[in-house]
Parts: sequence; C-alpha cells; structure tokens
Amino acid sequence: MQVTSAIREPLITGGKTVHDVSEDISRQVEGKPSTLWKMAFGISAVLFAYGFYCVCVLLWEGVGVWGLNKTVGWAWDITNFVWWVGIGHAGTLISAILLLFRQKWRMSINRAAEAMTIFAVICAATFPLAHMGRLWLGFYWALPLPNTFGSLWVNFNSPLLWDVFAISTYFTVSLVFWYIGLIPDFAVIRDRAVRSGHKVRATIYNALSFGWDGAAKTWMRYESVALILAGLSTPLVLSVHTIVSFDFATSIVPGWHTTIFPPYFVAGAIFSGFAMVLTLLLITRKVFKLEDYITIYHIELMNIVIIITGSIVGIAYITEFFIAWYGQVPAEKYAFINRATGPYWWAYWSMMTCNVISPQLFWFKKLRTNIAATFVLSIIVNIGMWFERFVIIVTSIHRDYLPSSWSMFYPTMYDVGEYIFTFGLFFTAFFLFAKFFPVINMAEVKSIVKSSSEKKH
Amino acid sequence: MDTNKNFLVGIFGDEDVLLQAVPAIRDKGIKIHEVYTPFPVHGLDEVLGYKRTRLPIAAFLFGMTGTSLALIMQLWMMGYDWPMIIGGKNFVSLPPFVPVTFELTVLLAALGMVATFMIVSDMKPYKWPRQYDLRSTDDKHVMAIDLGDNKLSKAEIESILKSSGAQEVNEKNFE
Repeated sequence: MQVTSAIREPLITGGKTVHDVSEDISRQVEGKPSTLWKMAFGISAVLFAYGFYCVCVLLWEGVGVWGLNKTVGWAWDITNFVWWVGIGHAGTLISAILLLFRQKWRMSINRAAEAMTIFAVICAATFPLAHMGRLWLGFYWALPLPNTFGSLWVNFNSPLLWDVFAISTYFTVSLVFWYIGLIPDFAVIRDRAVRSGHKVRATIYNALSFGWDGAAKTWMRYESVALILAGLSTPLVLSVHTIVSFDFATSIVPGWHTTIFPPYFVAGAIFSGFAMVLTLLLITRKVFKLEDYITIYHIELMNIVIIITGSIVGIAYITEFFIAWYGQVPAEKYAFINRATGPYWWAYWSMMTCNVISPQLFWFKKLRTNIAATFVLSIIVNIGMWFERFVIIVTSIHRDYLPSSWSMFYPTMYDVGEYIFTFGLFFTAFFLFAKFFPVINMAEVKSIVKSSSEKKH
Repeated sequence: MDTNKNFLVGIFGDEDVLLQAVPAIRDKGIKIHEVYTPFPVHGLDEVLGYKRTRLPIAAFLFGMTGTSLALIMQLWMMGYDWPMIIGGKNFVSLPPFVPVTFELTVLLAALGMVATFMIVSDMKPYKWPRQYDLRSTDDKHVMAIDLGDNKLSKAEIESILKSSGAQEVNEKNFE
C-alpha cells in the first residue's frame, strides 16, 4: 500500500479518473492536428529547410565557410555541440535519477523530457560530424573499425574519442529507455483504435507496441527493466558531460585546464536541460491543454532544480576566478582577467547575468509559480548557457601563446545557418513526436491517479 | 499456453480490490491464468505467486561482457596490434581506458537486458496479443481464468469472482 503525505500538493488536478487519463492523452494522437500545431510545425519546417540549405553549402564547400581562423579553430560548432548535449541532460535525469529517488512528479514530464533529450543529442552530434569535414567518413574515422591504413586504430587516450563512445552510448540508452516507456502507451492507442474500428492505426500502433499484452508477469519484468535502466542511466548521465568537459580539461590551454570542469559542466547541463524542458512543456501544456497533468506544482519543482543547479554554476564561476588568482599562474590569471575585461567582456557579463543572477529570482514563490516569468527566465537561462560555452571556448583560445597570432572570431552566415538547422531539426522532431506519440506517460500517471489526484474518495 | 480456448474473464475497476481478490480466489483453489492491468500494480506479482524475475542477473552478465570486451579491445589495439607513442605516454595504462570501458559496460548491459526482456516476454512487432478485454489498457484490471484448467464449474467460478469484487464477469472464447 502506498502512503502519500497529506501536506503534499496533488500532482494531478481536475478530479481525473483513470479513464480520463487515456482519453485526454490519446485525444491529440487520434484527432486532426490543430491550427496552432500546424503553425508551430510550419515555422519549424521553414527553419529546418533554411538550415538544410546552409548545411548543404557547408558540406559542398567545406569547413572554410565557417568563420574559423588559425587561432580560433573551435568556435560556434563546438559551442553549439556542448550546448545541445547539455540540454539533452534533463530528460534522462528526470526519468532515471528521479525514478531512483521515487519522485512521483517526474511522471507527467518524463516522456516529453526524454524525447527532448534524444532530439537534442541528435542536434549535438551534427556539429562534430560537420567539423570533421568529410561527414561520410565520420563513422569510419571515429570508431575502431579495421581500415586500409594497416588497421591504424583510433586513439583511446583521446578525450575526443571518449566523447564518441559517451555520446553514442547515451543516445542509444536514452532511446531504449524512452521507447520502453512508450510501449504500454502505444498499446492504449492500439486498443482504442480497435474499438473505434481504425484498422490501419491499430496495426501500426500494435507494431510500435511490440504486441504488448499488459500481463502481470510482463509488468513485473517491465518494472525490473525500468529500474535497472534507471540505475544504469544515472551514472551514464553524469559521465556524459564529465567526458565532454574532458575535451577541455585534459588540454593545457589556460582557462580550460581546470579540475573543476566535470562537476561544473554536469551542473550546467542539468541547469540548461531543465530550462529547455520548461520552455517546451509550457508550450506543450498550452497547445494540448494538459494543465491538469503539468500543474503549477510541477513547474515550481522544476524551478527549484533551476535555483539549485544555477547556484552551483555560479559558485563554480567564482571558484574558477578565485583559483586563477590563488594559483598565481600568469597565463591562467591573464586568461580570466581577459575573459571579464577583454574584447569579449560582453559575452562574459551576459553569461554572468543570465546564469548567476536571473535564476536567483526564483527564490520568490510568486515568480516561480508564475507561468510568464518562468517562460521568460527559462529562455534567458539557455541564452546564458550558450554564452557560457562560447566564453569558455573562444575567450580561452583567441589569445594564443604568441601575441602575433591573437585574433577574434566572427561568425559567418553558415555558422548561424547550422545553428538554425539544429533548431529546425529539434522543433520539427519535437512537434512530430507530440502529434503522433502520447506526450505524457499514461501508464505511470494512471498508477498515481488514486493516491495523488485531487479527487475526493 | 495459446492452445487454451475457453476463458472466464473478471473485470475489476480498482487495484486495491484486485489485490484483495487475487489471494481470495486462489485460496478457493481456482487457478488464475493471468491478470492484465493498464498500469503496474505493486504487489500483484507476489499475490499471484510469481517468482522474482532473473533479468537483473542477465543485465549483470551482459554488463560484464561489455567490460571485458572493452578492456580486451583497448589493450589489444593500443598495446599489441599497433602500439603508438602519443605524447610520450605508456602504450598501456588503465586510467585512459576507463571512460570507454564504462560506456561499453552500460551499453551492453542495457541493450542485452532489454533484448532479453523482449525475448522472454515474446514481444514482436507483428504479434497480436490475446485480448481478453480491450479495456485492460484503459482503466480495467482483467483477470483471465482458463475453464479447461479448473475443476470448478463455470457458475461456481463466476460467483466467486463476483463475491470477491469483480464488476462484471464475461466469457471469452478463442478459436
């Protein structure tokens, strides 16, 4: 038997029954898309098409169309990569770590958050692949496959290779975790289609559900699989951004060569991931009328995660600065003073304002339970997190060891274009997901209807 | 299992009633074929007398396979097949091999366990499960009792189901 504390606020409002859950969530999969959805999808598709053009030019002409130069050899591409991977952290964190901690509020948001993770990781992967120049050789060069160079293997001492393994494992395991969660919900749509006589839809959703039967024995195994996947994903989530931070931390570039990077990157990733989940869910709950499932209480809890991770990130920035002064390594000290006062001061102070000051506003209960304020702040946080990666990457390398090589980075339309491409890809994929897949995990939400619904018994 | 044809299907509307009903029905000597629920009902596997799943063991074995494969691959490639001097470091040292080893452990454990789960639960995209009542994925808990497997008569089972809280009892025949 489950005991739920009486002081906890209900997770599902509106006096929903178990049947209402199937009804409310399946409706948008079964019905015709709304005008609002068509507009949102149309805008995403236009962004995607423009970005696709830029990517084609990039692949045809080569990386030279980007604004990189000899000094700044990594700029928007790697900034965007780290930014997207960071955004991809919230989904599996919500579904894995919150499952292990038995946080029931994850149940209404985990499906959409995991979908977001998967699409964000795909977006992230496009950048290193494009940066390789010859995309079609990417897999061949990055994986330990026998090759025509006398089987010259990949370098397992390189953090860039660790990244290949970390990102591809994270993508695969997140995809499997997400899909396992979807299986019983596909069966719900299948059975509704059988009852209403939609044969084609029933066949498609049955195939998607792998012939799910919902037997007690299958559920027992299913729950065990979900728990172990959560246990496996928890260290995996933490490892991914740790390894991404190794790309920088194991180098000798002043400003990158710091041991604080792994925890600081992971906190930043969760911070930006939750912000993106909020941005997307606030839109989704409005478009699909899910206010009873994604309540103000859910939004408040996510905002609390944002205060915590935002404060960790703030402390990390200050610690970095302190250690640069305390360590008294001239190059390191210069790198940090240059960050705050050099030619990229505006990027540094944008980062500080967006990431350190703005999340502190959520200490006010009025603001963290206000939808408009949350929406605006969630976007500001992700702008700040983009600047964080830009500041770390570009300001650290634009002052080379030889002053004669000092340089600045100016993006071209193709740098911007590939960023737009990933936005188009991300939102197009997300809106397709939201139309054809159930956006809320029905099976999990149904299991808490009785214990955590507003309804009087 | 699929050779059975005639079933009596009890429909339950509440998971707590179901959890009380299962032991009551089993105590009467009735063999329950299976219970189909729209969401996982905690404790149902225990009252039905199912043994704990051994999927965690499968996951562990697949994980260990991943660990060994990753270590063997890296030691062989970096230390034996084509040793290269990179930054003057040793050909073989374990710390740089940790990330890839960890990732492959997780990858194989996850994929292996999910594949095992799909195989033991007989889940295939082209397979239609036997559906005793379509509401079992919506809001009803559906208990299937195989008439060919039980000594009691249909009427007796029906009355026991009703008295233990079933909202309705239907008969379901498969060709």
